[in-house]
Amino acid sequence: MAGKKKRKGGKTIVNLVLGVICFIWLLPTLGLFISSFRPAADILQTGWWKVFPHQEWTQGETLQLSKDTDLRQPIEVNGQAYTDDQLKAGVEVDDSRLMWENRRARTVNMQEQGWKTTPDLTLDNYSNVLSGKEYKLTEADGSETVQKGTGLSQAFWNTLTIAVPATVIPVLIASFAAYAFAWLRFPGRKTLFVIIIAMLVIPIQVALIPVLKDYTSLGLNGSYLGIWLAHTAFGLPLVTYFMYNFISQLPKDLFESAFIDGASHFTIFSRLILPLSVPALASIGIFQFLWVWNDYLVSLIFIGNQPSVQVMSMKIADLVGSRGNDWHLLTSAAFISMLMPLAIFFLLQKYFVRGLMGGSVKG
Amino acid sequence: MDAQIKPKSSDPGAQAKRTISIKAVLLSLGVLLANIVINGLIFLFFRDSALNPLLTAVLAVLWGVLGVYLIYYTLTWAVEQYPDHIRRRVLPYVFIGPAVIILGWLLVLPALRTLYLSFFNASSEKFVGLSNYAAIFSDHLMATALRNNLLWVFVGTLACVCFGLLIAILADRSSYEKIAKSIIFMPMAISFVAAGVIWKFVYYYQPGDEQIGLLNAIVTYFGGEPQAWTSMLQPWNNFFLIVILIWMQTGFAMVIFSAAIKGVPDDILEAARVDGAGEVKIFFGIMIPFISATILTVTTTIIVFTLKIFDVVMVMTGGQYDTEVVATQFYRQFFMYRNFGYGSTLAIVLLIAVLPVILINLRQFRKQGGF
Repeated sequence: MAGKKKRKGGKTIVNLVLGVICFIWLLPTLGLFISSFRPAADILQTGWWKVFPHQEWTQGETLQLSKDTDLRQPIEVNGQAYTDDQLKAGVEVDDSRLMWENRRARTVNMQEQGWKTTPDLTLDNYSNVLSGKEYKLTEADGSETVQKGTGLSQAFWNTLTIAVPATVIPVLIASFAAYAFAWLRFPGRKTLFVIIIAMLVIPIQVALIPVLKDYTSLGLNGSYLGIWLAHTAFGLPLVTYFMYNFISQLPKDLFESAFIDGASHFTIFSRLILPLSVPALASIGIFQFLWVWNDYLVSLIFIGNQPSVQVMSMKIADLVGSRGNDWHLLTSAAFISMLMPLAIFFLLQKYFVRGLMGGSVKG
Repeated sequence: MDAQIKPKSSDPGAQAKRTISIKAVLLSLGVLLANIVINGLIFLFFRDSALNPLLTAVLAVLWGVLGVYLIYYTLTWAVEQYPDHIRRRVLPYVFIGPAVIILGWLLVLPALRTLYLSFFNASSEKFVGLSNYAAIFSDHLMATALRNNLLWVFVGTLACVCFGLLIAILADRSSYEKIAKSIIFMPMAISFVAAGVIWKFVYYYQPGDEQIGLLNAIVTYFGGEPQAWTSMLQPWNNFFLIVILIWMQTGFAMVIFSAAIKGVPDDILEAARVDGAGEVKIFFGIMIPFISATILTVTTTIIVFTLKIFDVVMVMTGGQYDTEVVATQFYRQFFMYRNFGYGSTLAIVLLIAVLPVILINLRQFRKQGGF
């Protein structure tokens, strides 16, 4: 900090530009968040920003024109002539707006600007999207329809059941492997490790078709074990590489003495290496967890149409496809799926960032 | 009845250690078998049971987490029963074994099998040579997909890197660095599916005056005509999809650049300022060269990521309106048309596209003195 002199005038501009960028970045999420609390009919009628105080035309004085006014002629209101179309869309005169109130009865409304908010906020969307029960929905025109809930809570648990082991398993397997690669000498060590490095960037698409064939013949499709294994395999290269970088940097004498004392490699690993690696384990673990939690393609292929194990991303993608205009469901469902990642992000940001850097900037 | 191996050492203590007992062999085989059988049985139990979903979830998580640890525990225990010189040779393979088996089965072999399948016809029965590859480059849809993928890679990566660099520099000089970086970085944590919903809402179009989609509301506020951004506005709709990638990935680039910028020594910057260099000159003359290695890694990471782009397109347009990319084409060929040959070929095309990155990666690894 000491060496960095920052000029005052420049700083205001920097803050301003940065503020604008941040605002733009936040806006889409903010819109989703606010919309998810609005009643279904409101979402479809007005933009979410109408929740904030804004100026809107409000009903004002009603002017009665003479009953025999010809609608094709210029229509005289308050001594000025307007066309029918103008009155249909509304014309602004001074601070007010003239608009047909009832064209047949020849009444014109003189509307005025007023401050307005639509503060109706509700948790209904969330309960409807979470449960699998039927619920009543008031449509925009006031009629009621019965819809079936999305059953997202089941999908939430499924996602968690998949994500936790699919994080722990690869991290543990990778740590064991990384320890062996870093501290044990055995034939084939170099070759195997180079293969793992090479697989860091292999697109998983190249593996999907044969793996699916194997899974079908083994009955692993749509099972927890199958999807854990798939996520483990696809995450393993990065996690192994990351853990190798960490474990190989640990000071050698630290566990050499333990080894001389007769501790086995397994004991050294579980009593020394794992506890020492907690920061690295946490950061790569978060990354793997978020990757699994947010995954769509892998679940789409290995879970398919088994609703009992379906994850949230699939449910939401289904909703987008089948009920793309039901914004009350889409917004709340999307926000529920974001809860866990956002909580992890804000609580464990430090580790998350470290995990990212370990994987991409080295040396 | 112990099978004896002749000790080379004359030390009588070592003699006892160098014997392999049949008991140990049987024990280790038994442990291996028990692991397979027990985990297999648990798998069958979960597949066929109709427990309460919450209970299933808890039990499954317990199994997944403890199971893998127990496998290592029992296997190493079995290896411990052997004499020292054998143990030392076998143990590394117990440690890397599961990783190698899983990677071999689910990643390396499948990649080779996909390569093999790509030379066969739709039902993988008839050898067709390179005709799948020829078909890809003459197919109209594929041409669109390849063009779009290039757009994604080029525009998306360039924008992410530039924005990331810009924001990192700005944040470094700002008094609200932490908050700003958190906000920009936040979309990284959001899934592409959720991001798809967020942006579908921004781009939403409905005929009529009242627009509930943010972008159309802004456009109509300034007197413009509302547009169906992701469908009608071709080929520009691709750029509106790419914006989503930029929104999500800029945070990644920013965080890495930010760390790299902080690594630029202060005294160099100070010396340049004393010499009268402007901020812009410092940026291009000192900072960019200093962090060029980081820029390269970030760029390659984003390129690889962007090449595989799938979820965004799938959720936003489903590949309609000329927004198809290679990965969505792959999914369509594979799942809708059941054309395994063509699908495999598409996967291999993706692989060929990232091949240079793999090589750069390996070279980088060797340069770091990895081995």
